[in-house]
Amino acid sequence: MTSALRPARRNWRVRLRRDRSLLLMTVPAVVLLLLFNYVPLFGLVTAFQEYDPLSGVSGSPWAGLYQFERLFGDPLFWGAVRNTLYLSFVQLVLFFPVPIALALLLNTVLSERVRNFVQSVVYLPHFFSWVLAVTIFQQMLGGAGALNQFLRANDIGTWAVMTNPDTFALLVTSQLVWKEAGWGIIVFLAALAAINTDLYEAAAADGAGRWRRLWHITLPGLRGVIVLLLVLRLGNSLTVGFEQFLIQRDAVGHDTADVLDTFSFYFGIATNDYSYGAAAGLFKGVISLLLIWGANKLAHAFGEDGLYRK
Amino acid sequence: MTLTVVRTGEDEKTVAPQAFRRKRRHARPPWEEPPTAAGEAAKGVTLGGVLLVVLVPLWIIVVTSLSTQGAVNRAGGLVLWPDGLTFDAYRVMLEDSTVRTALLVSFGITAVGTLVSMVVSVLCAYGLSRSRSFGHRFLLTLLIITMFVNGGLIPTFLVVTGLGGYGQWWALILPSAVSVFNILILRAFYSSTSADLVEAARIDGAGEWRILWSIVLPTSRAVTAVMALFYGVGYWNSFFNVLVYMPTESEKWPLQYVLYTYVSRGNGMPGSVNQGFGDALSQTAPLSLQMAVVVLTLVPLLVVYPFVQKHFRTGVLTGAIKG
Repeated sequence: MTSALRPARRNWRVRLRRDRSLLLMTVPAVVLLLLFNYVPLFGLVTAFQEYDPLSGVSGSPWAGLYQFERLFGDPLFWGAVRNTLYLSFVQLVLFFPVPIALALLLNTVLSERVRNFVQSVVYLPHFFSWVLAVTIFQQMLGGAGALNQFLRANDIGTWAVMTNPDTFALLVTSQLVWKEAGWGIIVFLAALAAINTDLYEAAAADGAGRWRRLWHITLPGLRGVIVLLLVLRLGNSLTVGFEQFLIQRDAVGHDTADVLDTFSFYFGIATNDYSYGAAAGLFKGVISLLLIWGANKLAHAFGEDGLYRK
Repeated sequence: MTLTVVRTGEDEKTVAPQAFRRKRRHARPPWEEPPTAAGEAAKGVTLGGVLLVVLVPLWIIVVTSLSTQGAVNRAGGLVLWPDGLTFDAYRVMLEDSTVRTALLVSFGITAVGTLVSMVVSVLCAYGLSRSRSFGHRFLLTLLIITMFVNGGLIPTFLVVTGLGGYGQWWALILPSAVSVFNILILRAFYSSTSADLVEAARIDGAGEWRILWSIVLPTSRAVTAVMALFYGVGYWNSFFNVLVYMPTESEKWPLQYVLYTYVSRGNGMPGSVNQGFGDALSQTAPLSLQMAVVVLTLVPLLVVYPFVQKHFRTGVLTGAIKG
């Protein structure tokens, strides 16, 4: 009885004492996050300065919105914004449905051995670095690659897949499909495995064929996961990849390959114009946050959970 | 704020026995109509094509790396079918001091980095796994915020260089040592460790450290292995941190960066002077040697992968949230 009536103040002290080892365990991770995630947030003030490496953040002169005025008047920046949005759209249309289709297909394979083998193979490229993936593409489709080697041997001419700016969006999206679509099926396979088999049996007994069962049972079963991933994808519209574009930038030119992240890198770190790069980064961060919030609202409007329950 | 985490594998045995049975089925259920020949053929062709798209490039690269210069010349470049095999390229490559150093650096970064990341993540995940522990909500929020809000490239760079990290090994490890995403996955697993087991251990006088070490860790080996693989692959693949923090010190470059410069210099990769349609002979490094470097970056992955991959099926959950 007395313990239930104990004042709240005393209560948290007791809990603190009881949980001190648990709290101690979180210290290393929290320190690293504070240092490399939270401190940089304060570093964003450099976007409003004329950052000078010798004076540091505290000693650099303030520049107000000067960096943003420069940014919004810079055609290269708007080029990067346009490329980012365009690539994001192409990825949404050409990448997003692939893992779903692949998972549905794999789910119809009866032999467990075949399914396991296919899964082991398609997961593999996810673990390759972008350097490795682009190297492999270069070896297969590049000027001296297997494809052009074959075309030349048969006197068909050559096909500059890797260096053509016009088809760059398709190229990088097919690289993304090659590398990540296989890994993407895991989530959908999990969702498929969780669908109650009785539903299929009942539908089949009622005369629903293969396609009707797909439409009325399988797809509704995947709806939650699809909406969640769609929300994340829309919220991350301004993040389309980084190393992939960095590596291939020189092959197609910066006006084709620069996205917001690489813009921030080239005009921030590579040219020591830190405040300018930070301004571009801040712009991206703020818009991304708005997008995630908006996409989540949209999910709630459709009666789905989105990132979190309302 | 409730995070949605999709879990697969071992869970289903207990949570959804039916789903599990469906996964293990070998025979077609009686209510399902027999497959059409055309449908089966289309399915086979599609899956076969998917497999080939992944496997053929790897095959070509491995065969070329093992080919003699004669075989490379006869093929006019990449070799599709073995025709004169030799380990020469690998011998030359391993005699090259740049590659040897890079190999050592890559293994070093991967080993140390994975150890640091795992210790930090396992401790933090367990520390946050009790839903009613002190400060647990606050800390969790602190972690999750970093998944959506971050300073971005430049401020992070300024912090790391401000701490004297330019050209230092730790700059390749510490800034990205903690993956909140991985911590959340581990935490989800630890939270579901049998409460009875933990309670019994506590009655026997075990403290939190002891419970973590002797009960929680041994019962979650699969997820621990998979997390170690995720972190390990991340470190093995480090490229961007090298580009930013040690772009000029070639004796500190890991393998990925050597692959980038080596193969990029030699083979008309994006940005090289020899870009274009020159034949294999005009390249600065023999093609088989370049392919051997590619294979070298692949081998450790391929060695570890089969051991961990089975846990993707039986023990891993996939969080549906991307960091």
